[in-house]
Amino acid sequence: MSEKQALLSVEGVETYYGNIRALSGVTVHADPGEIVALIGANGAGKSTLMMTIFGMPRARTGRVVFDGKDITQLPTHEIARLRIAQSPEGRRIFPRMTVQENLQMGASLDKLEYFDEDSRMVFDLFPRLKERINQRGGTLSGGEQQMLAIGRALMARPRLLLLDEPSLGLAPLIIKHIFEAIKELNKTTGLTVFLVEQNAFGALKLADRGYVMVNGIVTMSGSSAELLANPEVRAAYLEGGRH
Amino acid sequence: MADVQKIEPDSVFAKAVKEGLLAGALAFGLFFLIVGFRTDQNIRNELVLNQRWGLLAIFVLVAGIGRFLLTAYITPWSEARSKNKRAAVEKEQSAFRKSFPKIGLGLLLIYPFLVILILWAYNGSIMGGLQGSLKYVDNFGIQILIYVMLAWGLNIVVGLAGLLDLGYVAFYAVGAYSYALLSTHFGLSFWLLLPMAGIFAALWGIMLGFPVLRLRGDYLAIVTLAFGEIIRLVLINWTVVTKGTFGISGIAKATLFGIPFTPGPTGFAALLGLPNSGVYYKIFLYYLILLLALLTAWVTIRLRRMPIGRAWEALREDEIACRSLGINTTTTKLTAFATGAMFGGFAGSFFAARQGFVSPESFVFLESAIILAIVVLGGMGSLVGIAIAAAVMIGGTELLRELEFLKRIFGPDFTPELYRMLLFGLAMIVVMVWKPRGFVGNREPSAFLHKRKMVSSEFTKEGHG
Repeated sequence: MSEKQALLSVEGVETYYGNIRALSGVTVHADPGEIVALIGANGAGKSTLMMTIFGMPRARTGRVVFDGKDITQLPTHEIARLRIAQSPEGRRIFPRMTVQENLQMGASLDKLEYFDEDSRMVFDLFPRLKERINQRGGTLSGGEQQMLAIGRALMARPRLLLLDEPSLGLAPLIIKHIFEAIKELNKTTGLTVFLVEQNAFGALKLADRGYVMVNGIVTMSGSSAELLANPEVRAAYLEGGRH
Repeated sequence: MADVQKIEPDSVFAKAVKEGLLAGALAFGLFFLIVGFRTDQNIRNELVLNQRWGLLAIFVLVAGIGRFLLTAYITPWSEARSKNKRAAVEKEQSAFRKSFPKIGLGLLLIYPFLVILILWAYNGSIMGGLQGSLKYVDNFGIQILIYVMLAWGLNIVVGLAGLLDLGYVAFYAVGAYSYALLSTHFGLSFWLLLPMAGIFAALWGIMLGFPVLRLRGDYLAIVTLAFGEIIRLVLINWTVVTKGTFGISGIAKATLFGIPFTPGPTGFAALLGLPNSGVYYKIFLYYLILLLALLTAWVTIRLRRMPIGRAWEALREDEIACRSLGINTTTTKLTAFATGAMFGGFAGSFFAARQGFVSPESFVFLESAIILAIVVLGGMGSLVGIAIAAAVMIGGTELLRELEFLKRIFGPDFTPELYRMLLFGLAMIVVMVWKPRGFVGNREPSAFLHKRKMVSSEFTKEGHG
């Protein structure tokens, strides 16, 4: 796959927290219409990569290219305006604002022009949110908050959706529901999804391709089927107690 | 739970007596030297030690009996009450609470005339009514409304955008001095200078905003505190322009469509054929500040429903999430600072027109602290709550000036004004214990779909969900 086709490509990115190097020359890419999963253990640097794409923190070396445009040095809000949306680590919904207001915040790029249409799409995907529409974000359950975070990201009409651990702390049934929703979205709208997960099995089942990250370095990559069959991956992430 | 309910009334009473005695002893220990003795200078300039056992006894008794009453009656009562409340969580808001803003607004609109009517009936003469109402319209009405407006202005910065500003009084000062200086030097009218003062203050808000963009919470608070002090020190030391601590006096009064409120033949009273009195100007000022305060409220309500207002509130909740949703946090913060500062500037120019005199004395840190306290007590973001808090706090401190009967209890040396701040602090502690989110702690959503169904904010965690 040539890099010109890729919607997002991260090229040799190194990110530091102070003097501590969190990412060491990471190169990953996502083609249009693809679901890409990045798996790895706690502290591998998965979320750091996610935030580096958004410029918080900024990559010290290397480039982040979106749709042919170098976005490495862009301010975060301008990166978001290129229609990259994320459901961040820890969800980061607005707890004292209602579900509807949270969704409105997601739609602020278009000044609520497509709000009705898009919110209907989100409610079709997550009917639970519709029942909770006037409820404060902070009063939702963990699963509902995750749905809200994804829904809010979708309200921005993204071309690329970054999902950071959507399964974190959720019951298996809800994880299944959310993964199904992501898959459906990808199928129907051709949305490109870049997914960071500890839940390696679920993520690789969902994704077309995958990367494995260890200590800030991408150690393996390949199609989901390859990675699922790889004995090293199986030993480290699939048979070690995690389903 | 069960064993808590089984406590016998006797044991509550015994516990209360014990705690009351303990509190009394503590108060005695605390106040023995501070209140019990007092050094005074006698006629020959010698220090003499006066003993004030009576006053000490009152302090001890208040502490002891207060603690006893609290433990024996008030705590069980409020526990029973909150238990009942919990049983009725889904209770609809009462009709009174719903229409409270309208009733309050109606009362505010007729307040000066109500006062005059009551005093007219009381004194039996119209002049008695007019002159007597001066105090109530000025000291209570105007004074409270100035603070309502300032607190509503600060509410935009602190309550909505969540930027802790401890130097808000600086913008008040900028507005006041803008009017004072431009009016005395260039003779410009109040109505021209009112918007200009707002614009100047907004510019200063942006100037403060730029360097503090990266700061949050405690750090922001410290820098804004310093900013407030810098403005005050500049006003004191830049004597060529501001006349320093002497202040600027003889500031022109505001006029009503060019009609001055002076006793002469062209004055307001003469033109309308009314008896001469200073009260018309006060009533005019009352309605002016009411109008300005309502403008602040209206703008706040409108902005909250617009993208910028929603962005302010989202910024308060989570800055990083805001940025990743494409919101420019820089301009969002600056507009919050500028809008809040602008209303501070309006209030400042009104203050200068009302006093006719400004000096740096009026813009000390305590003012910022009081305004912030009103915002916090009222419940950050709630306009009604803040208005109530301003009325209670400012009206309360004004009332304390009137409590002459306290002199009869504590002796002629007692000056109730000196205890204002003590009571202010006490009231704040009581409110914060009783209602930690302020008078109106619920955040009113800015948009509704379908039927109203609210969940109390008590279930909502502050900060990240």
